Amino acid sequence: MDFSFLSDPRYDILGAFWMTIQLTFFSAIGALVLGTVLAAMRVSPVPVLRGFATVYVNIVRNIPLTVVIIMMYFVLFSQLGLRVAERTPGVNPQGYLDTTNFRLAVIGFILYTATFVAEAIRSGINTVPPGQAEAARAIGLRFTQVLGLIILPQAFRAVIAPLASVLIALIKNTTIASAIGVAEASVIIVTGIEFNPDQITAIFLVVALGFIVLTLPTGLLLGALAKKMAVKR
Amino acid sequence: MSDRLSVLYDHPGPKARRRNAVLSVVVALLLLAGLWWIYDTLNGKNQLTAQKWEPFLTAQMWTTYLLPGLLETLKAAALSVIISIPVGALLGVARLSDHAWLRWVAGIVVEFFRAIPVLILMVFAAAFYALYTGVSSGARPLVAVVTALVLYNGSVLAEVFRAGILSLPKGQTEAAVAIGMRKTQVMTQILLPQALTVMLPAVISQLVVIVKDTALGGILLSFAELRRAAGTAASVYGNFLAVYVVVAAIYIALNLLLGFGAGYVEKRMRVRRGGGTAGLEPITGVGEAGVPAALVPDDRAT
Repeated sequence: MDFSFLSDPRYDILGAFWMTIQLTFFSAIGALVLGTVLAAMRVSPVPVLRGFATVYVNIVRNIPLTVVIIMMYFVLFSQLGLRVAERTPGVNPQGYLDTTNFRLAVIGFILYTATFVAEAIRSGINTVPPGQAEAARAIGLRFTQVLGLIILPQAFRAVIAPLASVLIALIKNTTIASAIGVAEASVIIVTGIEFNPDQITAIFLVVALGFIVLTLPTGLLLGALAKKMAVKR
Repeated sequence: MSDRLSVLYDHPGPKARRRNAVLSVVVALLLLAGLWWIYDTLNGKNQLTAQKWEPFLTAQMWTTYLLPGLLETLKAAALSVIISIPVGALLGVARLSDHAWLRWVAGIVVEFFRAIPVLILMVFAAAFYALYTGVSSGARPLVAVVTALVLYNGSVLAEVFRAGILSLPKGQTEAAVAIGMRKTQVMTQILLPQALTVMLPAVISQLVVIVKDTALGGILLSFAELRRAAGTAASVYGNFLAVYVVVAAIYIALNLLLGFGAGYVEKRMRVRRGGGTAGLEPITGVGEAGVPAALVPDDRAT
């Protein structure tokens, strides 16, 4: 096994994984917010909101993420002219393109991942005993208070484990950003095939190790947190 | 969506009904405004002209691009699921083995392939086949895509199998041992067939994941699946938006169908087993059309 590529300047391994981490970070926060909103819509008393959230979740969840990400670029950006970054003429055109692609990818990841977050939270809401909601209503709380003060805090504690799975899936999914030219971890293996095909197995193992380093602690930490936070019933 | 009232809010009185009606109208207006804005934008960008959408009425669009692409997608998905099931069964059974080393090896394999992105696996598989095997370059994309999907989904299904076998009543094993069966016989003749029926809905749900993941093969491997074929068509006809909308619709229809299939099979099995839904009525008033929690593979979000 020949690992000499590690000292080759063409492989910016840390930089590539840093990009993966950034994509994950922004997408995770956005998806958590949007997913919570969608889940709240799905259990709200307003039928139109329920319908919209249901339709959104069932449509977006069934489109391959690859299609979502590529649509961000070819449809949203180039056909519909959505601009997500500031362009100063003549200054650093490559930087502008990189920022644009990065932000488009993050928007795509948020739109897609939010559906899974919403489903996880909804299943978490279902783990809360109905008596909790009935008691909350009995003391005169409104729907927003029932949901915000009583149900969601308990539901969130129950969904840490499923949300951890969604986060791990997101970390792995960020590789799809390479479809619109974001230089994240998969760039390493593509570079490897181009320049050092003889070391491809070693390169693959290094990239795999990078992802294991990202996903394994995430799973273990959040798993421990889920156990600690679980509502004793 | 059921009309049963949820326990989250009171039965609406006159005031609440008014408020909900007002909110419904406001939301509906907002949605309509959003739709109008989308329509207006599309119109302004000349996306709704006949020239953009007419290609879908020609045979060439379908026979040259979309249908061959769809066929490749379905071929890769079918091959992957057919090979994943035995691989998953083997790994799942190995994780339940009496031999510690076998449990360890299977555990490491399963955890490894679940920790790395399928796209990276695909790229590596393609490179590996190109360098070390005699797989012809024409067949290579499909073989690499199927290999990666089998390794990943086999690992996911291994966990499903394990949960399925563990969920069977203990009496099954005890009875089988009592009539003098060996461990292998108990596993292959008693436990596995039953586990397979228990996990059938989970396998069908996994098919949705597989269908979606075939689209990864088009990014870096030039595997001519539906998404890639559509991309080619879009650059030929110059109608990216129209083509991608149609392709997304094809995927949605296909996956919704699989999703309903999983739900239907699951419901039929519940009836056959004579059990109702376990536990309390869900709080949202929306039942989970789902598999028993133990059987849901925990990385559905791929």
